Amino acid sequence: MIISIASGKGGTGKTTVAANLAASLDQAVTVLDCDVEEPNLHLFLHPKIHTRENVVAPIPRVDMEKCTLCKRCMEICRFNAIAVAGKTVVTFPELCHSCGGCSAICPEGAVTEMERVLGIVETGTGPVPDMGFAQGLLDVGQVMVPPVIRKVKSHIDTQGITLIDAPPGTSCPVIAAMKDTDFVILVTEPTPFGLNDLKLAVETVRMMDIPHGLIINRAGMGDDAVYAYAKEQHLPVLLEIPFDRKIAEAYSRGDLIISRSNDLKEKFQTLYHDICRLVDAQRCAP
Amino acid sequence: MKELVILSGKGGTGKTSLTAAFAGLAPSLMLCDADVDAADLHLIMSPDIQQTHDFVGGNEAVINQDLCTGCGTCKELCRFDAVSESDEKFVVDALNCEGCGVCVDLCPENAIDFPQKTCGQWFVSATRFGPMVHARLGIAEENSGRLVTLVREQARKRAREQHIELILTDGPPGIGCPVIASMGQASAVLIVTEPTVSGIHDMKRVGELAAHFKIPAMVCINKYDLNLDQTRSIEKIAKEKNIALVGQIPFDPAFTQAMIQCKTLVENDETSRASQAVRDIWHAVMASPAMKIERLM
Ligand code: SF4
Ligand code: SF4
Ligand code: SF4
Ligand code: SF4
Repeated sequence: MIISIASGKGGTGKTTVAANLAASLDQAVTVLDCDVEEPNLHLFLHPKIHTRENVVAPIPRVDMEKCTLCKRCMEICRFNAIAVAGKTVVTFPELCHSCGGCSAICPEGAVTEMERVLGIVETGTGPVPDMGFAQGLLDVGQVMVPPVIRKVKSHIDTQGITLIDAPPGTSCPVIAAMKDTDFVILVTEPTPFGLNDLKLAVETVRMMDIPHGLIINRAGMGDDAVYAYAKEQHLPVLLEIPFDRKIAEAYSRGDLIISRSNDLKEKFQTLYHDICRLVDAQRCAP
Repeated sequence: MKELVILSGKGGTGKTSLTAAFAGLAPSLMLCDADVDAADLHLIMSPDIQQTHDFVGGNEAVINQDLCTGCGTCKELCRFDAVSESDEKFVVDALNCEGCGVCVDLCPENAIDFPQKTCGQWFVSATRFGPMVHARLGIAEENSGRLVTLVREQARKRAREQHIELILTDGPPGIGCPVIASMGQASAVLIVTEPTVSGIHDMKRVGELAAHFKIPAMVCINKYDLNLDQTRSIEKIAKEKNIALVGQIPFDPAFTQAMIQCKTLVENDETSRASQAVRDIWHAVMASPAMKIERLM
């Protein structure tokens, strides 16, 4: 079972849900932080990191001895990352999407590839027994986010439970994180911004055709429009986390909110069972 | 002309609420919403859209089954796992296609079309505070960086034409391509953070990014009284990293109330503590060396 936790808007409590759900489960679980631009899960789970690996992508290297300045590499590149300038070929690694077009097309075999580091992936174990952990960290100044996410996802535990903390938004990084997961938990807050971004997130998961449900965080802080929308769209509200200064303070310190109440821990356990039921029901649906 | 970009790294720190409040404090400005992925600024600005343009963001490979001989070259070459074979038919999964065109150029049968795709829309609007350029990236689309660049270029162009000296840009979350696109050539960035472990972590990353691109950075702390220890750490980090601390805002339900009324913090309640703090921050930002508008004689 692979569950991703997402939200259109950032800061709605995605990471809070991922960390607390992971820590509430009685079974073995693997938690993956795919918000590689701003990974925060480690701040709440304090994992022990055992391995650290670079995420690399190929970029072209041109052998000017062989190059005849035919410009074919420049013509195939859709990202303006390689250009013939005067008597030489220049490359712009930060624009390169590593598509391999230039090396495939060069008639002289002048283009080979070398590695560029995009970021790192760390793996380790969580604070409780049986918790596996992995996170990606995009290098500052790099832009190729999806490859780092895909590398984090190579640590999915196909036998047990995997929770994925997805990045915010609705574009390529989120798609890369949610792809091929069994269920998406959408975390929102009952405010106009929260609702606006939730609608975009719902469109995204529907387009990807993944079963999904809602968690309303900071319930009571705003208005009821989110509830009306959930009802109208038949979105199951799986859990509400109350708007409570004590919870906000626990979060600010990096504490798990389930450590504040046993009641919440039970609710997270129920949440998992509800999700299992929803996934099975939708899978079995004709 | 000056451009201030408001960023946060982490979402939900009050970035957009602050941008909106600042807009109401500036005598004249151009607004630019560069959070094209999950834009919220329009909810408070209620823009009157005057122009709508399509954003053509890239191309997408489509295999023409009548011409394809099933040689498999495209599948072999595609680095993005976008080509799959089922029932001896090769098809491109649009969600995975990066638009690199390698298969298009190298298919021996010329069987692959490469139509342009409309990835979103961008708008020019009027608001009660001044003109606004904003956009909406289509669901699951790429190229958000290019759309950010486009809305900023348009905002600049229009500001120049209309002799507006200040552009206020609501930036995207994260530190990836849209954020980098939102920073280039900006006069300064203002990072809105909060005194939480995540807020601090993300502020550091955005601060590093700003330093990497040599853009002067300032920081303000929202909900500072939520955790005074963390607030002190932020002050310390800001000092170490040479980021000017321009103020702090108390934890105030006025943020949400204003949002529900579709008003800015200051419009909703001029006298709230948060409004007062926001006003002080705005003045500190505008008095900073990076943002001071020099008036040519
Ligand atoms: S395709 Fe090869 S030979 Fe032609 S310009 Fe590029 S590197 Fe040189
Ligand atoms: S690998 Fe692709 S994107 Fe990079 S330079 Fe070559 S053709 Fe351009
Ligand atoms: S390379 Fe062209 S002919 Fe070969 S399988 Fe792909 S589309 Fe068909
Ligand atoms: S255009 Fe590039 S990414 Fe798209 S299918 Fe062809 S080779 Fe793959």
